[in-house]
Amino acid sequence: MSKSNVDRRGFLRGAAATAASVAAQVAVAQTPNIAARPVAEKGVTVEVTGNERPGSDFMVDVLKSLDIEYCAANPGSSFRGLHESMINYGGNRNPELLTCCHEESSVAMAHGYAKVEGKPMMVMAHGTVGLQHASMAIYNAYADRVPVYIILGNILDAEYRRGNAEWMHSVQDAAAMVRDFTKWDDTPVTLPHFAESAVRAYTIAMTPPYEPVVIVADGALQEEPIEGKDPRIPKLVVSAPPQGDSAAVAAAAKMLVNAENPVIVAGRLARTPKAIEHLVELAELLQARVHDQRMRMNFPSDHPLYANPGVLPASPNISDADVILALEPQDLYSSTHSQTPFNRYGMEAHSILKPGTRIINISALELNHKSNYQDFYRYVEVDLNIAADAEATLPSLIEEVKRVLTPDRKRAIAERGTKTAKVNQAARDRNRELAAVAWDASPISTARLSAELWAQIRNEDWALVSTDRMVSAWPTRLWNFTKHYQHIGAQGAAGVGYGAPASAGAALAHKKHGRLAVSIQCDGDLNYAPGVLWTAAHHKIPLLYVMHNNKAYHEERMYITALGARFNRGMDNIDVGTALINPDIDYASIAKGYGLYAEGPIADPAALGPAIKRALARVKAGEPALLDVRTQPR
Amino acid sequence: MKTALTLVFLLTATVLAQTATPTGNVDNGKRLFLRDGCYQCHGYAGQGGLNGARLAQTKLPFVAFNAIVRNPPSGNMPPFRAKVMSDQELADVYAYIKTFPEPKPVKDIPLLNQ
Repeated sequence: MSKSNVDRRGFLRGAAATAASVAAQVAVAQTPNIAARPVAEKGVTVEVTGNERPGSDFMVDVLKSLDIEYCAANPGSSFRGLHESMINYGGNRNPELLTCCHEESSVAMAHGYAKVEGKPMMVMAHGTVGLQHASMAIYNAYADRVPVYIILGNILDAEYRRGNAEWMHSVQDAAAMVRDFTKWDDTPVTLPHFAESAVRAYTIAMTPPYEPVVIVADGALQEEPIEGKDPRIPKLVVSAPPQGDSAAVAAAAKMLVNAENPVIVAGRLARTPKAIEHLVELAELLQARVHDQRMRMNFPSDHPLYANPGVLPASPNISDADVILALEPQDLYSSTHSQTPFNRYGMEAHSILKPGTRIINISALELNHKSNYQDFYRYVEVDLNIAADAEATLPSLIEEVKRVLTPDRKRAIAERGTKTAKVNQAARDRNRELAAVAWDASPISTARLSAELWAQIRNEDWALVSTDRMVSAWPTRLWNFTKHYQHIGAQGAAGVGYGAPASAGAALAHKKHGRLAVSIQCDGDLNYAPGVLWTAAHHKIPLLYVMHNNKAYHEERMYITALGARFNRGMDNIDVGTALINPDIDYASIAKGYGLYAEGPIADPAALGPAIKRALARVKAGEPALLDVRTQPR
Repeated sequence: MKTALTLVFLLTATVLAQTATPTGNVDNGKRLFLRDGCYQCHGYAGQGGLNGARLAQTKLPFVAFNAIVRNPPSGNMPPFRAKVMSDQELADVYAYIKTFPEPKPVKDIPLLNQ
């Protein structure tokens, strides 16, 4: 242990400043208790110690106790102590540092990783400028109910800040900026406090509803020596998820068994592979159609009870239902109401449900409501509301359903299943007919792109690490999704810029399992922070990006077109502010510049299959690749 | 009897549709299809998608097509009034849509039979 030089005046000055600060702002975190440190007096030389055991070493020990696999970060001086300890003292293992080129990429990588691996990745960032970059991605993770473990660097004590940057990068209450869309945060003032809060933060993040958490690691606490013996690291025990009340579950089972036409709406249900097994069992017991909102991989897409194989919209299923079971749904109001379409003025909403239809809602969301950001949607009048984790509640619901099923009900339910299977098969056949319509078109149709990709991954252990919403959901309509990790859903808060880094994070999670990860990458999304391509190449993340290059922020272009028509102004200017043309962006060259194997632009549909084959060969060899494909708009 | 009635109905509908369909300019229709953003939701080949109906091989007579474009019944399609797209321009677009080729049968596309 190195010698510490205690300066009495510095100590007192620090204590006085602390007292004043606390008196003035009770809500602001306290100055860290690190007063025993050198402060130079005029003519006095401060002893430069050879300290080899800074506080950040202990912080790394704490992080290792949480078994965090990776830490994504763009380097920053406010957490340099932790950075140095992680790579030198910690051996750059558990967590291993991932070099990111933007904090938004760091968080989105963690977002994608967690949805595959089921546990958080760590992110480090400045408490100021880094967090400002990261904030949109944190909001996406929050709205998507995904755990991200964020550590912010900050220097709270003004006397400890050395110069310009350290003042610019310091803040009174670092976590305040994201407190509206994180689940918990703390600013520890001692190392024991850090240990306790770090462990607590992990358990809170991993208790449904999962959410991001923030710990602020003070700069001085990181870099000053540990006094005496290392503090104790508390034991980590992740909480069991909250399960539904038994009487309420019994009531739900009775309603479902006696229903003539029950429909299940699955939102962010599946946290683990078990959820799919349970949902299949429940749906088959009831022969209930499952409308999967595709926020997670909840239900096999080739199952006869899958209610939305692409062309079949949700509303016919839901409007025919007499009982709806919603499991961690997103925006249940829009699923059960029609609203004035975009081509009309005003807003009127009407229920699309039959009179007497009953709704059962099981969701953990109400256990962590916040008010500022409006990600909770309109209030839905339900008949039975169970505030609990739906996945954890499914086993008891299944047992109750089995208990109350009578032979008569079993017969009626079996007849219902036969009809549903026919409807589902007809929808899948119709999908293939529609996919054929622009089969040889150039730009390449999104159906052709999806079919070409499917042909070459279907016999592998594959995973789609992007949403398919922007390509008319063709993978959902043409592929067979069966496993939990084969689909991760979308951004959460519709914050664009998520796609490329989330794909990289998810592919990293797949890497150790040897799975083949593919992403259908939107062009507008990639342009937010394309440096993540370099991160993927540098860390040898096997991943195929297939560009959906429609040369626009197309959703917005459709809105501008619609308004131009609605207001009788014409469409001469619809590309202004929306189109990515003049010049066209050369994504293959960009990717090559970041060190990826890349081809394109590919506009000839006949050339796409061979290009996918070449790129997949590189991915199977352990590297990322990108194909720039000129596609139809949707 | 049923077959005969159906035949009469179809002949009548065809005659009505033909008389109600103005002559359209295909080249100008293509230009307008791109300029006015029809392709954005319906696709360059009129294949449709989750955002717009399929237009290729449409069975709609011009009268019905015109009615939908001028006053869309639902969804996100905006009304295209004569100020934005004249009757003749709409006829040109309709003529262009009618040129979209028949798709190959699904059975002849191996990738759709996996």
